[in-house]
Amino acid sequence: MDQNYSTIGRSSRTRQAIEINKVLRNTYLLLAMTLLFSGFTAAISMMMNMPPMTYLLSVIGGMVIAMFVLPRFAHSSAGIGIVFLITGLLGFGLGPILSMYASVPNGSNIIMLSLGGTGVIFMGLSAYVLATRKDFSFLGGFLMVGFLLVLVAAVANIFLAIPAMSLMISAVVIMLMSGFILHDTSRIIHGGETNYILATIGLYMTIFNIFISLLQILGIMGGDD
Amino acid sequence: MDWMKIVAALALIMFIIYLFPRARHMMENSPKGSSSDWMGFVVPILMILLFIMFLIQLV
Repeated sequence: MDQNYSTIGRSSRTRQAIEINKVLRNTYLLLAMTLLFSGFTAAISMMMNMPPMTYLLSVIGGMVIAMFVLPRFAHSSAGIGIVFLITGLLGFGLGPILSMYASVPNGSNIIMLSLGGTGVIFMGLSAYVLATRKDFSFLGGFLMVGFLLVLVAAVANIFLAIPAMSLMISAVVIMLMSGFILHDTSRIIHGGETNYILATIGLYMTIFNIFISLLQILGIMGGDD
Repeated sequence: MDWMKIVAALALIMFIIYLFPRARHMMENSPKGSSSDWMGFVVPILMILLFIMFLIQLV
């Protein structure tokens, strides 16, 4: 009898592990595809020479769709299309920013370093969580409150326009987004997130924010901002 | 452009209002981390700070 319970328990754990691996694999696959798609839409935006306001409008559009439309479709195949719409829009918004950096001396170097740096940070932190299998669910409240405080500081700095404050905000955003990578990846591997569409958009947003913040930090420190 | 600043500020304020209940819920319901849990967070974050300083040296 005990042996039967033990077998059922093992079988249930195996099923759960297979399910978690499936979510993780689908998340990384969709994430890779959306990142490539963003790069594609960013290239189109650069070729079309879009004005700087494109960034603002694309980010607002992307956020509105992510907050109000995606949750309704996240459990159906239409959700994948919505994720591509959001990430394509955000990539399109990046075009004018990249064009601006590309036009200054050393700008292409800053873009490549930001791109490479973002990749190293994301892969390093993901590997850290996957290797240690630590549970970072305790970070949730701390990260959300930190993110809200950064948003308040960002609102203030829109009007104050202090470069040192921009630098500080970008640095804190990278720290917070790094925390979100640890938190979100740990949620996936501990079964807290079973929807790969929502997991993908969460990780995509962290990568997007790290890339933008790194661009700003390297731009300011490189003396080209 | 001033209108862009106003639109950006309004968008961020709307985002803050949207996120506030979620942040409060997460604050109240997140499990508490032990000191070793926090060390597991602080160490990689410090590594990232060092990495960013390294990137700055490369610019």
